[in-house]
Amino acid sequence: MSTLLSVRDLRVGFGRAPEDNEVVKGVSFELAAGKTLAIVGESGSGKSVTALSVNRLVDFGGGRITGGSIALYRPDGTAVDITAADEPALQRIRGREIGMIFQEPMTSLNPVHTVGAQIEEAFRLNRGLVGAAATRAARDALERVRIPDAAQRLKYYPHQLSGGMRQRVMIAMVLASNPRLLIADEPTTALDVTVQAQIMALLAELRQELDMAMIFITHDIGLVAGIADDIMVMQHGVAVEQGALDAVLDDPRHDYTRHLLQAVPHFNAGSAVRSDGTARNAAPIVTVDNLAVRFPVTRGPFRRKTGAVHAVDGVDFDLRPGETLAIVGESGSGKSTTARAILGLVKATRGRIEAKAGRSGRPVQMVFQDPYASLNPRLDVEALLAEPAIAAGQRLDATLRARMVFLLERVGLTREALPRYPHQFSGGQRQRLCIARALMLNPDVVVLDEAVSALDVSVQARVLDLLIDLQREFGLAYLFISHDMAVVERIAHRVAVMYAGQIVEIGQAAAVLGAPQHSYTRRLIAAVPAIERRRQHFTVDVTQVPSLVRPLGFEPPAAKWREAGEDHRVRVEESA
Amino acid sequence: MDLLKVVLRHPSGRIGAAIILIFLVLAGLGAVGLTPHDPLKQFVVDRLKPPSLTYWFGTDLLGRDTFSRLMLGISESFIVAFASVAVAATAGTIIGLFAAWWGHLWDGVLMRTMDVLLAFPAILLALLIVAIEGAGMVTSIVAIGIVYTPIFARVVRAPALAIKGREFVEAARTFGSSQGYILTRHLLLNLVAPLTVQITLALAWALLTESGLSFLGLGTQPPAPSLGVMLAESKSMMTRAPWLMIFPGLTIMLAILGFNLLGDALRDILDPRTQGRGA
Repeated sequence: MSTLLSVRDLRVGFGRAPEDNEVVKGVSFELAAGKTLAIVGESGSGKSVTALSVNRLVDFGGGRITGGSIALYRPDGTAVDITAADEPALQRIRGREIGMIFQEPMTSLNPVHTVGAQIEEAFRLNRGLVGAAATRAARDALERVRIPDAAQRLKYYPHQLSGGMRQRVMIAMVLASNPRLLIADEPTTALDVTVQAQIMALLAELRQELDMAMIFITHDIGLVAGIADDIMVMQHGVAVEQGALDAVLDDPRHDYTRHLLQAVPHFNAGSAVRSDGTARNAAPIVTVDNLAVRFPVTRGPFRRKTGAVHAVDGVDFDLRPGETLAIVGESGSGKSTTARAILGLVKATRGRIEAKAGRSGRPVQMVFQDPYASLNPRLDVEALLAEPAIAAGQRLDATLRARMVFLLERVGLTREALPRYPHQFSGGQRQRLCIARALMLNPDVVVLDEAVSALDVSVQARVLDLLIDLQREFGLAYLFISHDMAVVERIAHRVAVMYAGQIVEIGQAAAVLGAPQHSYTRRLIAAVPAIERRRQHFTVDVTQVPSLVRPLGFEPPAAKWREAGEDHRVRVEESA
Repeated sequence: MDLLKVVLRHPSGRIGAAIILIFLVLAGLGAVGLTPHDPLKQFVVDRLKPPSLTYWFGTDLLGRDTFSRLMLGISESFIVAFASVAVAATAGTIIGLFAAWWGHLWDGVLMRTMDVLLAFPAILLALLIVAIEGAGMVTSIVAIGIVYTPIFARVVRAPALAIKGREFVEAARTFGSSQGYILTRHLLLNLVAPLTVQITLALAWALLTESGLSFLGLGTQPPAPSLGVMLAESKSMMTRAPWLMIFPGLTIMLAILGFNLLGDALRDILDPRTQGRGA
């Protein structure tokens, strides 16, 4: 096997004195033609900077290569030193030899041109194709990335396509240059888990078809098990461990690799659910009955209502004191809308939400996904924590301060936090602040809307532990909204699966995750990446979520349920 | 104060702040009467003297000292500029906040009204208001205030809309925080940065508009000097006594330059992209 890329002692720095601000500190690796190298690390490990140095895109982000060499071997055996190449040469290399796809497919596509025009442009630049030939090539490329109705989709604008579709369009554009090396920088991080599985399967197939080498950057060590040949683990700009996939996963030598492998939430198909039971027969603290949330769709200058988005339709569930009910589903499934309806942030179109008045006037509190956006940057911690109490008519006095300090210490912070501002805390610490704030009024129920999704894996594990401790100590009930099955398995007592605005399956966590009945639940669970599923072949699934826009007056047929066991209900599928 | 230190470290901020500070001192001294000569007293024997050690900036047709009149003029002009920007900033912020907060019909009505006001050239609109209300200092404050209200409404509304959709505002709603609390603690507090920049820049425009109105005889009324009045009086003696025109003209130019430099510096400093803490 011939070597394609050879990186020796690469050093990259940023700022005015790049030698003093090195982000990559001497990384070496080899990549053979047609093989895949996965670079794994948490945020700030230097994994993206390493990959961006290979095509020198790092120059545009203010980085400078301060040492080492990057040799790219041509098919005829000659080598180009990328660190010494000039900009025109680099442009040719970027277009023709090294392709790249990014994390966010919306911002990588130009919103004012159709996807067809953008793919044709790629073919024109790289292959010199124009007119009908370019159009034909673009259609072929879309078919190759398994987009159905490719000829029609060429005329679509990026915003008309889903995230997964857009990422496929990006891949199609890269294919225009038929690169020998593809750099994929977290290409599935912004996507839903089933879509992620589709893109991973597509990349694996294309790699085979085109004999293309790939550098795959990810923070999720579980994801690369299915695609990588070699793996390189990075921490603080250093490759702490590198080697063949099996060797690294089965016999990790470095502490950090072991730590990463442990911190990745393993999904164990329902066998690792919590064993602490709750009172099954206790009266529910929150009852949701036939909840529907619809957003009108208007058209024309007079805002005539032409239909409605049925974001949530006919959702029922009970939440009992002290238990965690997890609502899982993908974006657009209505899980967040359900949570927001319970908090009164969106108006329910129909249905009943009943929260028993418990220990305080506001028994339900919420923790949001983004710990950076949910704290006002201009208020200090004291003002932030005081807000719920002030809203409830309390005064900022010694009693209230004592409660703040008590809760801060309880979530793992100290009283020194009080005069500080949110930007002085890390993401995990901010989420702890949000949790403390939600507990200020001593609620009975906390709604956690993707509360750990934005955190790095090791931080995520610690915040989950904290949540479980707090639940036991204060007797809290959690409504835990998440797309991450492995996280849900760790914290949930019961699980509800939502799809297209409706609950399709609900029951004990062990039963729903271990013996899923509904086809969607099965699909969701099959898509969860896992270290155990090594080189398992996935077929590319092109199922699209149905449109939730319904004509005016549309009423969904009443749901039929069947019992799949004790406390385990499944919606009967029409065509199943 | 932190902000002051940062402003003084910024090159154009330093120059802008120095210019404005000098003018503020001159205006203050002028307002309390600490001028080299009586700005209103006529020394007929010393008519139209060119700049000298006695009369630093020369004298006018009635023998009044230009430098002393300039000090008083700066204080008159600054009072109008600061007061009118205060009016504009207050009214504009309230209108912008409510348009963003209530949305829908209110947003439409308030902002379209602002658009109509914005469609008039500033000086023309001010002229119209003064023509209806009659000339005088209070009228020019109100007129200039109204003229610049739409700019503040616009500057406030857009970020207020963005902040309204942020999660910390939603979080506040889940606690049951009152509208007043959310509007002041969450929205207004996060608007301090853009408002500070806008106020500084608006001071420059207000000063120019005030000078324009006074020049046309619709602002400050003689014999009280304002920068515009002094320019207007110098017009007929442009060739015989150019210092009468040059010094008030330079003063207006420098003051506007000072406010603009300061505003640019503040914009650089308070821009969330150049600042670690975000806005």
